[in-house]
Amino acid sequence: MLEIKQNPVYKTFIVSFILLLLAGNIEAADEYQQQRDHLVDLIKEDVQLSSEFLEKDRLDTAVLEAIRTVPRHEFVPGNQRRWAYKNRPLPIGFGQTISQPAVVAIMTDLLRLKKTDRVLEIGTGSGYQAAVLAELVDSVYSIEIVDELAKRAAMDLERTGYGQISTRKGDGYYGWESEAPFDSIIVTAAASHIPPPLIKQLKPGGRMIIPVGSRFMLQHLVLVIKDAENNVTTKQILPVKFVPLTGKH
Amino acid sequence: MDSHLSRSYLLVIATVSASALAYEVLLMRLFSIIQWHHFAYMIISLALLGYGVSGVFLALNRQRLTRHFPTVILAHLLCLSISMPACFLLAQQIPFNPAEILWDPVQLLYLCSVYLILTMPFFFAANVIGLSFYQYQQQVSSLYASDLLGAGAGSVGIIVLLFMMFPEKVLMVLLFVVLMSALLLSTRTFAQHINRKKWNSAIIVVAIGAMALLPDLGTLIISPYKSQNQFLTIPATRIIEQQSSPLGLISVVETKQMPLRHAPGMSINADVEPPEQLAVFTDGDNMSAITSFDGNLEPIRYLDQTTSALPYHLSSLSDVLILGAGTGSDILQARFHKVKHIDAVEQNPQIINLIKDRYADLAGDIYSSPEVTIHTAEARGFVMSSDKSYDLISISLMDAFGASAAGLYSMAENYLYTEQAIQNYLQNLSPDGYLTLTRWIKLPPRDMPKLLVMVSNVLEENYATDPAQQIMVIRSWQTSTLIVKNGSITAIEIAKLKQFCRERNFDLVFYPGINEQEANQFNILQQPYLYQAAVELLGDQYEAFIDSYKFNIQPATDDQPYFSQFFKWQTLPEIISLIDSGGLFLLESGYLLLIAALFQAIVASVLLIALPLWLWKHKLGIQSGSQQHKRVLVYFFCLGLAFLFIEIAFIQKFILILHHPLYAITLVLSAFLVTAGAGSYFSRTLSDSDSKLTIVVPVMMIAVLTITYMLNFDLIAAFLLQQADLTKYMLSILLIAPLGFCMGIPFPLALARLSQTQAELIPWAWGINGCASVISAILATLIAMQFGFSVLIMLAVMLYGAAAFYFPATKNDLQLSFH
Repeated sequence: MLEIKQNPVYKTFIVSFILLLLAGNIEAADEYQQQRDHLVDLIKEDVQLSSEFLEKDRLDTAVLEAIRTVPRHEFVPGNQRRWAYKNRPLPIGFGQTISQPAVVAIMTDLLRLKKTDRVLEIGTGSGYQAAVLAELVDSVYSIEIVDELAKRAAMDLERTGYGQISTRKGDGYYGWESEAPFDSIIVTAAASHIPPPLIKQLKPGGRMIIPVGSRFMLQHLVLVIKDAENNVTTKQILPVKFVPLTGKH
Repeated sequence: MDSHLSRSYLLVIATVSASALAYEVLLMRLFSIIQWHHFAYMIISLALLGYGVSGVFLALNRQRLTRHFPTVILAHLLCLSISMPACFLLAQQIPFNPAEILWDPVQLLYLCSVYLILTMPFFFAANVIGLSFYQYQQQVSSLYASDLLGAGAGSVGIIVLLFMMFPEKVLMVLLFVVLMSALLLSTRTFAQHINRKKWNSAIIVVAIGAMALLPDLGTLIISPYKSQNQFLTIPATRIIEQQSSPLGLISVVETKQMPLRHAPGMSINADVEPPEQLAVFTDGDNMSAITSFDGNLEPIRYLDQTTSALPYHLSSLSDVLILGAGTGSDILQARFHKVKHIDAVEQNPQIINLIKDRYADLAGDIYSSPEVTIHTAEARGFVMSSDKSYDLISISLMDAFGASAAGLYSMAENYLYTEQAIQNYLQNLSPDGYLTLTRWIKLPPRDMPKLLVMVSNVLEENYATDPAQQIMVIRSWQTSTLIVKNGSITAIEIAKLKQFCRERNFDLVFYPGINEQEANQFNILQQPYLYQAAVELLGDQYEAFIDSYKFNIQPATDDQPYFSQFFKWQTLPEIISLIDSGGLFLLESGYLLLIAALFQAIVASVLLIALPLWLWKHKLGIQSGSQQHKRVLVYFFCLGLAFLFIEIAFIQKFILILHHPLYAITLVLSAFLVTAGAGSYFSRTLSDSDSKLTIVVPVMMIAVLTITYMLNFDLIAAFLLQQADLTKYMLSILLIAPLGFCMGIPFPLALARLSQTQAELIPWAWGINGCASVISAILATLIAMQFGFSVLIMLAVMLYGAAAFYFPATKNDLQLSFH
């Protein structure tokens, strides 16, 4: 046995095999990176065509960089990986989806985040949105009510190097009192109204974003803004450039 | 095998026909539960497609099949009985998700698989009937009569069954009904022609197998994307009660760990939390809540934080009518404002029973309290037959137990939101009373602009007043409420309106004298679209605005009662250009789904029915140079279209009279089928005559009757609505009877003539008729949506006229043309 292991042919074979494996991984990683780059180009193009709602002509570079960095394929079930970098929502089980990357980018951009911000997410889901937020700010807190999703997302975040995100299983209605107030809140879980405790936990000048629509189709976004005097208003945002009247009127 | 037709055989035909129709309705119900009600169109067309494909199959194999007639029929009955549950159970295993269809092309493949699998039982049923037509050519009228009578019985029977048991259990009932008919044939009618022991054993094996396997397999697999299933993923959440009826599967869900807190549309300024609630889902979706109430008003203060609470702040209201009361949140809202008397109308008796009996303690017995009178009725019918005046009539979407909940009547007509309905509501308002209509916010706005057009038209045409003086509209981030006052709005009311909105961060959209700056303050849109729409639509240039608006906001009327049809063809290219950047939501997909279903039906019927018939026409006995087959084609195609056009138009129209879509479908369908069966039986006496009058007279009668009914429908409706329920049903049947009788004549009359001249064309005619029916079911709804019921009925009359013209030639005619 020992003789075989010392055999130069055997050694060469083992080294080549390891190199091949590594190359395979590097190649796959490169391929995913290329796909992410392509996805970011797509999102940029789309948003440039329909960016009125952002009140600027492009998405923040840092937001696009976050999309370019976060490995979305690590947050989707194995059977969905081949679609991971398509600009579409994907099922993740329990009747939930991982949002369309463009929607994640737009919602994140609308929060106008700074590095020092504290952000709360209600509805961790796959954990992808939390990972994107973690690329942009120091403190991300995320709550999920579905046991299995909460566990899986926490594991995936840990595994992909986003262990600094604080996750918790529980009811998001009352926010995260001990860590409040927050500069921004993102509500991706379905709610029949905006929970008053969440508005309370928003800092003056803070922003909250809520997508409205079904799991597979965003209808519009609601941006809740709390001004310096604690007055609360909402902005209802159509994520595409569309006016309901034709030019002739 | 003799060609004598026994009574037991006629009973079997009626049973097969009844089972097929019952199965069709059952599939609509089942798919409304496991998926969404949009499937109704697909199920109608797949049922008819099964009939069409059967025509082709029989046309090409008729000789071989008739040689072994008893065996073939028994084998088909066994296949039919097994396939009814098996095909559904198989279809629901396919992971089809309609919401993903535009993202994932595999979904189309899944959809096609579901479609083809579910066609199978109808194919087997149609083979039994179609082959019998060919086998008993001389008794076509009796067969057709049994077929129609059976279908009539099936349409009533399934409704009764759906009241008695859960829909998945009905699959088993249908299996046994068909097995019983097979047993009847093997022991009596075909006893001399088959190996009885073998067939009886086969029937028993199927029965035992079904009893052993079905209870385990027959669980419904509901889409995980429906709100009930999503809700059930929350820990410590469970279904505590389920009730089923043709109106829907109602599930009461309790959540122990995380309160429900259902308060849709609540103001962002509110600092209240709803009290304990139970969730109520209809068909796994459309959530509403049973709210705990002990007479203490403070816990239900959240109901004063919605846009629909506005009228209670404008004036003191003592008599209120709530349409669509559901689980009672609008009643609680009225109770919160100390209204003296509330009439509440809800069409689903099971919902009422939940609040009145099972959960009366939790709900504070609100439906039995002295302030509330609950009426089990359809809202529009209730208003039309009521002569009471109210200070407030409220229709709010807070508890969405609308007609859309039941797949049975998902052809999407809605008589709650038509110009005539608004006129009815206004007629029932006391002087200075209010009508309030609350809708969910859509971006860009659609519902509210359409309602404004309708209200404005009604006020102008009937009251000769300036609508702008009687209308107020407000909105939150989630809902908007339109108020129409029976009188001019006063300065005091405007002051109260402004205060109400300011306190709750609601935006003013319109009131007499509003200016643009006021319209977009708290819930900010890119432009104050709804304000702009209101100002334009209440001004002189409203028609130009309607034309240039990118959604269809033409008013809905009783003739075109499709309020939710917002699709406009002109906007389609722009929306398509936006699809890649996420503009898909702008597509009013309901209408397009209908177009897609029509397209699918046309392609399927051409590929599976028309093309094979054309390719193998020599096998069908079509002689080259003969024009007879073309006459047959046109004749049976026209009949297929026209019969369903009239039937669907009448079902939709009678919803108004019979107060409830379910009763309308059952009564109209069964009345048509049974009387058409009688007409068919009667047609035997005409079939020997060569006179063209045999077809012209019934067609003339159909034309006269339908046009008379159409022109006088308002009068008929007004008269019938004054009658007691039983009288109303009897009179409705009497109205339909002569029409159904005449409509039952043309089909068997032509088949009888074919049996004398070219019997080989009978299965072909059956197939063509099936093909037309596939298309007709969907086309009828599209025509009604686009042009109204009057146009649909006129088209049907013209199609009957064309059919009369192309009535198959007699023996003498054929001989003359041959020479």
